[in-house]
Amino acid sequence: MDTFALLMQGLSVAAQPINLLYALVGVTLGTAVGVLPGIGPATTVALLLPVTYKLDPAGSLIMFAGIYYGGMYGGSTTSILLNTPGESASIVTALEGNKMAKAGRGGPALATAAIGSFVAGLIATIALAFLAPWVVKFALAFGPREYFALMVLAFVTVSAAFGDSTLRGLVSLFIGLTLGIVGIDLQTGQARMSFGIPDLLDGVEVTTLAVAMFAIGETLFVAAQGKRAPETVEPVRGSLWMNASDWARSWKPWLRGTIIGFPIGAMPAGGAEIGTFFSYAAEKKLSKHPEEFGNGAIEGVAGPEAANNASAAGTLVPLLTLGLPTSATAAIMLAGFQQYGLQPGPLLFTSNPQLVWGLIASLLIANLMLIVLNLPLIGLWVRLLTIPKPWLYAGILLFATLGTIGANPSVFELGMLLVFGLLGYGLRLFHFPIAPVVVGLILGPMAEQQLRRALAISQGDFGVLFTSPISATLLALAALALVVPLVLRIRGRGQLLAQIASDAD
Amino acid sequence: MIEPMAQTTPKRRPDWAALLVAAGLLALGALVAWDASRLGSGGAYARIGPQTIPYAIAVCLAGLAVWTAIEAALGEFPQREQQDKLPILWIVGGLVVQMALIKFAGFSIATGILFAMTARGFGRVSIPKALLSGFLISAAVWFVFARLLQLTLPAGPIERLMIEGAKLLATAFNPQAGPAA
Repeated sequence: MDTFALLMQGLSVAAQPINLLYALVGVTLGTAVGVLPGIGPATTVALLLPVTYKLDPAGSLIMFAGIYYGGMYGGSTTSILLNTPGESASIVTALEGNKMAKAGRGGPALATAAIGSFVAGLIATIALAFLAPWVVKFALAFGPREYFALMVLAFVTVSAAFGDSTLRGLVSLFIGLTLGIVGIDLQTGQARMSFGIPDLLDGVEVTTLAVAMFAIGETLFVAAQGKRAPETVEPVRGSLWMNASDWARSWKPWLRGTIIGFPIGAMPAGGAEIGTFFSYAAEKKLSKHPEEFGNGAIEGVAGPEAANNASAAGTLVPLLTLGLPTSATAAIMLAGFQQYGLQPGPLLFTSNPQLVWGLIASLLIANLMLIVLNLPLIGLWVRLLTIPKPWLYAGILLFATLGTIGANPSVFELGMLLVFGLLGYGLRLFHFPIAPVVVGLILGPMAEQQLRRALAISQGDFGVLFTSPISATLLALAALALVVPLVLRIRGRGQLLAQIASDAD
Repeated sequence: MIEPMAQTTPKRRPDWAALLVAAGLLALGALVAWDASRLGSGGAYARIGPQTIPYAIAVCLAGLAVWTAIEAALGEFPQREQQDKLPILWIVGGLVVQMALIKFAGFSIATGILFAMTARGFGRVSIPKALLSGFLISAAVWFVFARLLQLTLPAGPIERLMIEGAKLLATAFNPQAGPAA
C-alpha cells in the first residue's frame, strides 16, 4: 500500500471520536504545560505515563504526541509575554518576541508564532509520513551492530556535541548509564547494582527518574533562587492580527524554519532547540531589516518557532522507525510504547500499522486543534502565567508525586523520587545537562543488549563493529561528534555550541 | 535569565565543591566496579558477559572523575549562584512528611501537607489556608484518579469519609436499594 493510502487509513483511526478526545486532551495539556514555566513536555508525559497505564495504547500515544506538539506551541507564549522561556526550544523566540510584546506588538508576535508552528507542523508531519516508510526499508537491513553504532552516535550527540562542556555532558550521560545497569541482567538473570534490595531488581523506572529530575529538581532549583528575578507579564495590547507587511515578512521564515528544523530533529542530533538557533542566525542574515534584530524583528519569531515545531515532528522519525529517542521527551515516549509492550522500530510498521499511522495522522489533527486553541483562546493561557509561584509549584509537586504513587504505591519509590530530585537539583546547580541522564537510562540497557548480541554472533570479536560499512560510518561520525566540539572549545570557539545548550526538552 | 551573583572566591582557585563532585564520581565508579566483580561471567565461552559493560562504565566514570578534578583544581567550573537553603528544607521536608504519612494517613492528608509545605517554601503564605487548600485539592485529585481512573492511591480517613459519603448519597437517591427509605 502506498503512503497516501496508509495515511488515509490512519486518518480514519485518528478521527474516531475517542481518539479525537485523547488528542484534544493532549494538546490542551501540552499547551498548558508549555505555557507554565518550570515544567515542559518531557515532565508532563512522564507524569501521565502511570496514569494512562489502564487506557488504550493508541489513545494514550495520540495524547502524548499531542502534549509534545502542544508544548512547542505553548512555550512561545511564555517566551513572548514573560521573557522566560516555558521550555528550552523557545529560548530564541524570547529574544525578538519579548521585544515585540514590549513595543505593543505582542499580538502579531503570538500570531506569527502560532501560524508558523501550524505551517511547520503540517509540512513536517507530512514529511514524517513520507520519510518513515523509506527509513523503515533501510532499517530492516540493520543488525545488532548497526543498532549499537547508532545508539553510540545518539549518546554522543545528546551529551557531548552540544552544550557548553563536553565533560559535563558526558558525566550526565554516564550517571544515566550507571542507573541503567541497575536491576536484573536479562541474559544471565543476575542482579546488578541492586545490593539485595528487592525494589531495585526491576531497575530504575524511567518515569520516576524523569519526574524527579525535571519536576522536583526544577522546583528545588527555582525555590533556591529566592525572589531574585522579578517577572512581569506583558499584556497583549492592540490587535492580535498580523497586517499585510507582517504576513509578507513571515511566510518565508516559516518555510525556511521548517526546512532547517525537520532534518535536525530527524537526525540523532539532540532536541528541538538546535534548529531554532540555526533558523535565527539564517533569518538575521537574510533579513531586509537586519537593524530590527534585537529590537523585535518578526522574522526572528516566525523562523525559530517554525523550526522548533518541525524538529518535534522530525524527532518522531528515528523514534518510530528505529526506536531511537533523540530528546528527553522522545525517550519518555519510548517508555510509553514499552509500557504497552510495543517496541517502536521497523517491525512496528508491519505488526501494528493501525497504531503507527493513526498516531501520525492524529498529529495532523492535533496541529489543527492547536491553532484554534492558541489564537482565539490566547487570553486564557495568558491567565495561567499569573498563577502565584507558591500555588503553581505546590501543584506541580502534588502531580509529580501522584504519578509515582499511582505507578507503585511504595515508600521506597517515593524515596527514590526524593533522592533523584536532589540529584537533579545538584546537577542544575553545577550546570550539568539533564536530558543525557534520561536518555542514558533508557538507551543504555538497549545499547548493551545490541552489543552483546553483536558480539555473540561474532564470538567475541570486537572487529565486527567496524567491518559493516554502516556501523563503521556511524561510529566514525560519533567519534567526530565527540572530538570536533572538544577541539573547538579548547580553541575558544565554543560560544556557538554553548548557546545550543540543550536542557529541559 | 538570572544574573550570576558575585562569588567571594576569585577564579583560578581550587573549586572545593567541584572537587567533591569528582570524588563522588570516583566513588560511584568504584561502587560499580565492586558490584561487577561479584557477578559470575556469562558462561565459559562468552567473552562479553554481564560484567563487561559495568566495568567499562566504571573505567569511564573514573576517567571523568579525574577530568572533573583537573577542571575543578584549575577553577574552570562555572560559578554557582547563591542558593537560599530554607525553601529547599521546606520542600524536602514536605516530601519526607508525605513519604512517612502516606501509608497511614492516606493520599489526601499526606499530599495536602506536601502541598502546604511546598507553597510555604516559595513565600509567605498562610499555613492554615495552604493546608486547607492542599487537603481539598488532594481529595479531589484522589477522587478523580482513584475512583474514576482506578489508580491505586492509598486511602486514609478523608478517603474513607468520601467513600462512605458517596454510598450514603447513592442510597439517598435510590431509596429501593438501601434501608434509608
